[in-house]
Amino acid sequence: MSRVGVFVCHCGENIARTVDCAAVAETLKDHPGVAFATDYKYMCSDPGQTLIKKAIEEHNLTGVVVAACSPHMHEKTFRRASDQAGLNKYMCEMANIREHCSWIHEDRGEATAKAIDIARTIVEKVKHNQPLESIRIPVTKRALVIGAGIAGIQAALDIADGGHQVILIEKDASIGGHMSQLSETFPTLDCSQCILTPRMVEAYQHPNITLRTWSEVEKVSGYIGNFTVKIRKKARSVDEDLCNGCGDCYAACPAKKIPSEFEAGLGKRTAISVPFPQAVPNIPVLDRVNCTLFKGRRKGLAKDACGKCKEACLKGAIDYDTEDTFIEEEVGAIAVATGFQLYSIGREQPEGLKGYGEYGYGEVPDVIDGLQFERLASASGPTAGAIRRPSDGKEPRTVVFVHCVGSRDPDKGIKYCSKICCMYNAKHAMLYKHKVHGGRAVAFYMDIRAAGKGYDEFSRRAIEEDGAEYIRGRVSKIYRDGDIVKVWGYDTLSGEQVVIDADMVVLATAMRPQPGIQELAQILSVSYDEHGFINEAHPKLRPVETNTAGVFVAGACQAPRDIPDSVAMASAAAAKVMGLFSADELEREPAVAIVDESTCIGCMRCQSACAYGAIEQRDICTVDGHVCGHVAYVNPGVCQGCGTCQAVCLSKSVELQTFTDEQVYSEINALSAWE
Amino acid sequence: MTDFEPRITAFVCNWCTYTGADLAGTSRLHMASNVRIIRLPCTGRIDPLFIVKAFERGADGVIVSGCHPADCHYTSGNYHARRRFAVFHDFMEFLGVDPRRMTFSWVSASEGAKWRDVVNEAVSNVRELGPFDAYRALTPEEPAAEPDDPSAAATTAPAEVKAS
Repeated sequence: MSRVGVFVCHCGENIARTVDCAAVAETLKDHPGVAFATDYKYMCSDPGQTLIKKAIEEHNLTGVVVAACSPHMHEKTFRRASDQAGLNKYMCEMANIREHCSWIHEDRGEATAKAIDIARTIVEKVKHNQPLESIRIPVTKRALVIGAGIAGIQAALDIADGGHQVILIEKDASIGGHMSQLSETFPTLDCSQCILTPRMVEAYQHPNITLRTWSEVEKVSGYIGNFTVKIRKKARSVDEDLCNGCGDCYAACPAKKIPSEFEAGLGKRTAISVPFPQAVPNIPVLDRVNCTLFKGRRKGLAKDACGKCKEACLKGAIDYDTEDTFIEEEVGAIAVATGFQLYSIGREQPEGLKGYGEYGYGEVPDVIDGLQFERLASASGPTAGAIRRPSDGKEPRTVVFVHCVGSRDPDKGIKYCSKICCMYNAKHAMLYKHKVHGGRAVAFYMDIRAAGKGYDEFSRRAIEEDGAEYIRGRVSKIYRDGDIVKVWGYDTLSGEQVVIDADMVVLATAMRPQPGIQELAQILSVSYDEHGFINEAHPKLRPVETNTAGVFVAGACQAPRDIPDSVAMASAAAAKVMGLFSADELEREPAVAIVDESTCIGCMRCQSACAYGAIEQRDICTVDGHVCGHVAYVNPGVCQGCGTCQAVCLSKSVELQTFTDEQVYSEINALSAWE
Repeated sequence: MTDFEPRITAFVCNWCTYTGADLAGTSRLHMASNVRIIRLPCTGRIDPLFIVKAFERGADGVIVSGCHPADCHYTSGNYHARRRFAVFHDFMEFLGVDPRRMTFSWVSASEGAKWRDVVNEAVSNVRELGPFDAYRALTPEEPAAEPDDPSAAATTAPAEVKAS
């Protein structure tokens, strides 16, 4: 006979406001199999847990039901408490009467009745729970970091400094990410390259870090502590071991007019090139789309149309016939740090987003985005740091900065605030005023959001010391009028329309996650939000974990982030990885499927339903060794506990522990007692 | 009929819809209180017989909800569920259960508001259809309705129930 204890939590006022907790406990007391029921203000507090532990001992309970918040919140807490009181922790379950009841209903009578139902359902389940032992699995103490911008580099360095091997992979030719493109950083005006490049070199030279650039994640299988990652090394056409980074190949390359991605289209590059002079590793990549030789091959020319780089390379490092290769790595944890891209205001937009017709769809040459301004202001940029407008190279005397282009604009498909634009616009206005004496910087803003250490002081400095003109209002139209760019706006503080004859306009376009993030998220089995940002496991308490154990997240792939935030998240993710690596074995919930060999008919339907390849066929032998049939066997190390096998089993021989048929049917049956 | 409050059992996956329902709670989105959730690891775990059982035990409606296609925490459990329920849907109709009593939906962990809408819509659909008592009419324990009693079968649509 079961002796279940029911513990109803008030959660302060959170539950008690709409649910009569005492009535729930009182009703459950009379439920068959319930030996004890009570309510308490905060069940998760120390006295609350003590109450549970004492009840387990005093009433000799065989099961515990805590009617409180979501099991995602406190299941671990209460299972630990049960365990400490000597009750197998898998005999403890939670009834969610907060998120699924008190918070979503107003009528006290309805909410109380529902809470009773929920608690009763879980009591019926617990009556059929079995004491189980956690599964112990070994941990591979190597980490994979995806994306080598500042967040990825920081995470890799922290894990590597902690004494663990790290594989740092980057889809571009060089590590460094967007931070390497920036001129100076707010709020200190530190030179971005000066603080970043030493870290890049450190990551490159670190004995514990294996760097894989020009590579992407192809496939991930396994689970926490034991992932197998298939990495695609894209064909570089340059042998990484032979190349000494001399640069003779790109000097010889005849295709010199390709817009440079690093220069945000403002500079040119060759077909074989490194993205920027400080690239790490300093090994070029041959861009096969734009290369004369490969263009010729695609046309089907009998003879190669070019070959100048190969001729120029004295080390013989160039090979036009390399192909993508694949490497498999075993890792125990994965950190995702794929960063962001900027919203393009052009005509072509991905599904759900609209362009900016009123801003000329980005077709006015002197209307640029924030990243392009960074390149103009950068000492290593196409103008060597001189502010020159793209159309004719003249120094702009009036520059308009427009905040919130795309951001906070539900009509255009992006509802969120991009967080960094207020600050970098202030920085841009400041840099412009420092470089162009007597120039006029005008910024149109919605609100100034300068929350951060030294941030508000910084944006005030742009206005008060450097004389940037801030106009509160939106820009309605931008168009080219001869030599100038006309900006029509509205000043909401004075209530007047403003028209500015500008020489150049800088749009602070929204931050969006990198293209391809959804595909990567699917490979990793992590969830993402409606915008494509990776979801954290809990918005407050688990900000760098994802819903998939062993996969962590850092930087702007989770939400718009500035550099200090990204670095902090990266270090936090690294700390989580090292916490995971601190034990040789992991405990996993025993939510795995088990086959009853005596009834299994060996149809192997479960095997074809299993997404993890956890099910094998096992021979059944007679005493003298003849194979007389076969049955299914579930490898508990590989099984993830989805239960799909159980739903397809014809002979009902496979059973998912913690969610057995008996448990589920008891829950369904309990619901028949509805009033 | 006016004071009929539908009883709806929801089978949801732990990772998407259960978490989405948690989010609805965290966001204080008020909704009808007629739904009782049964948490399962994945929609792939849902045996169609669970649904039959729920109806048999007095539910007036059933909701099945999990991760969006391509978003399954277990890679492909929701695809198994989708295929299974495409077939099952027709079977229930054959059994005489109005398909409007069953709601199949995808609600992700970030769609608290969608969960509220799914709940409210299912409740209002079932409210319109009235109580589901076809099974109870056939249950032998109920004194008024013997399984072989033709009058019991006549009051309810599905004579086929017995054949299955």
